[in-house]
Amino acid sequence: MLELLFDSSFAASVPRFVTPILLAALGGALCERAGVFNIALEGMMLTGAFAAVVGAYFSGSPYAGALAAMLASIGMALVFAEFNVRRGGDPIVVSIAVNILAAGLTAFMLRAIFDVAGAFNGPGIAGFQPVDIPLVASVPFLGPMLSGQSVLFYAAILAVPALHLFFARHRLGLRMRAAGENPHALEAGGVSPARVQLAALVGCGALCGLAGAQLSTANVNLFVENMSAGRGWIAVVAVLLSRGRPLPLLLIALVFGVVDSLSFRVQGFGMPQQFTDMMPYLATLAVLVGLSWWRRRKAA
Amino acid sequence: MKGARPGFMRGEVLPWLGAAASIAVVLFALVAVAGAPFGEALSSFVDGAFGGRRFSYLLTTLSRTALIVGMAVSVMLSFRAGLFNIGGEGQLVAGGLVAALVAIALPGPPLFVLLASILAAMAAGALWALLAGILQLHLGVPLLVGSLLLNYPIRFIASYLVAHPFRDIQSGMVQSHLVPQATWLPYFPGTRLDIGILFVAVASVFAIIYSHATVHGYHARMNGLSPDFARAVGLPVNKLALQTLAMSGAIAGLVGAIAVFGIHHRYIDGMLVQPLYAWTGIIAVLLVGMIPWLVPFSGFFFAAIQTGAAGMERTAGVPKEIALVIQAAVILFVASRVSGALLSSSGRKADGGGDA
Repeated sequence: MLELLFDSSFAASVPRFVTPILLAALGGALCERAGVFNIALEGMMLTGAFAAVVGAYFSGSPYAGALAAMLASIGMALVFAEFNVRRGGDPIVVSIAVNILAAGLTAFMLRAIFDVAGAFNGPGIAGFQPVDIPLVASVPFLGPMLSGQSVLFYAAILAVPALHLFFARHRLGLRMRAAGENPHALEAGGVSPARVQLAALVGCGALCGLAGAQLSTANVNLFVENMSAGRGWIAVVAVLLSRGRPLPLLLIALVFGVVDSLSFRVQGFGMPQQFTDMMPYLATLAVLVGLSWWRRRKAA
Repeated sequence: MKGARPGFMRGEVLPWLGAAASIAVVLFALVAVAGAPFGEALSSFVDGAFGGRRFSYLLTTLSRTALIVGMAVSVMLSFRAGLFNIGGEGQLVAGGLVAALVAIALPGPPLFVLLASILAAMAAGALWALLAGILQLHLGVPLLVGSLLLNYPIRFIASYLVAHPFRDIQSGMVQSHLVPQATWLPYFPGTRLDIGILFVAVASVFAIIYSHATVHGYHARMNGLSPDFARAVGLPVNKLALQTLAMSGAIAGLVGAIAVFGIHHRYIDGMLVQPLYAWTGIIAVLLVGMIPWLVPFSGFFFAAIQTGAAGMERTAGVPKEIALVIQAAVILFVASRVSGALLSSSGRKADGGGDA
């Protein structure tokens, strides 16, 4: 049974589940560290998934799709910035509105542009091709996991140390942390916290856009209404648990990704789809409970 | 509460005109994208929300208002107690599912079956909400996240039950059998509006009386306004939180039962999730800054946007999802100005809860 579960196709599927959660959570980490309480990752990711399909369909290139996804999600992030950072609206209210806006706008544009309801899977959508890495590909088990993935997976993995260094060394990264921890000090230093937070939101939008592009043009080649299906919320959980620190965040995203692909695998063993569908959410709850128990035990 | 009053009550007119103009621009831009003539779109919107033969569309709007206001009252109880429960959808689904299954399985006189099903639905909603509360209080999962994540399992449980063991196979759809016809909620005489709206009215009055005129409700609200103070004066804050959540969940469950007995007469996969009743209820509360007597109006307002959009889709070919975009615009331009203070304290608390 175990060998059946953890075979090479399981290994190959893990990154497909890790990538969207990791990318969106890294975006969320930017906001978290910069003191923006952003729980609209779900909506930004959904917007990206739709825009990626639009871009890839009309240009014939998945890269143009990814660019469109980033721009569209940045647009959503700018809406967030306008109403939260500039007008001072409550971040939870603004997040809920952005999530609803994304659900409505993507479904609306799906029908306005492609004249279909529910889903669009035209053959013209240019998806990402798997990238084979010569030597790595022949390693057993790890090979199919690390080779033959979409470009976005490698980008996401590289973004983890990059973001770590960004927070630790880069001037803007340090300013973001200051904006989160002590905005008055930042202001006294002559830097506007609002502008730094705007930068964090733009970065968050770009990363969430890529997360969406992975969903719609790398994992599959289609857009379905609401296809982010709660992954943005799981990314929010990852951000809260890691407190926006990139390295722990990678670990958490990996755990969620493994559970996701496991539940995808057991579908093949005759378990009803509805039960495997709910596993990611139950697993997320289990991780939350486990971590809080572990923290309390350590504190005691 | 003075600080949370909407600006128009203090006589600031200009910003609200600006907000209204911005929303109108969004609306017109989308209608233009859909390529529909403005006049026709507008008239079909008004007809879809308030017109129809013998006002049938207006009655649809009222019936939808009932569900939205019910969900709004449910979350308002939690919000006012400082509990950021955004799991209304799960509690609603639990209620609707249990109501349909009990009514199908339970033998007995119709009135008994109806009452038993409604009570079971309320219990199911309450239990689902309590689960989120227990996760927060005893297992360290922030309510904001826990209540939201619990929306998904119940959605899939319901989907499984009506897709396999309780499926009405002959209908060819993913749905349960019909509940016995004798248990259907009657219509108001001479109309096609079921009396579910009365249940919601009773629940709302109960919630307002509870929140404003009982010691319990006062304590719960105090806990929302200042958790530290509530704790310091020795209130049983955890017990209060669980009781409030259970009440929220029970009302959400009741709304699910009303949707079953009043509108669909069975449980159809996705029937409570797709129209975003729970989220609309949340924004209906936020729009009016959690002032109870205004909630029916904002509920009606959002219901009219949704049924009006459906009318625009029928007549002018504008996708009805425009309703969601308008709702989001209304929230952004209005609610983000109105309901700041109360929420953000509870939100931050939810945020920090995981670190405890």
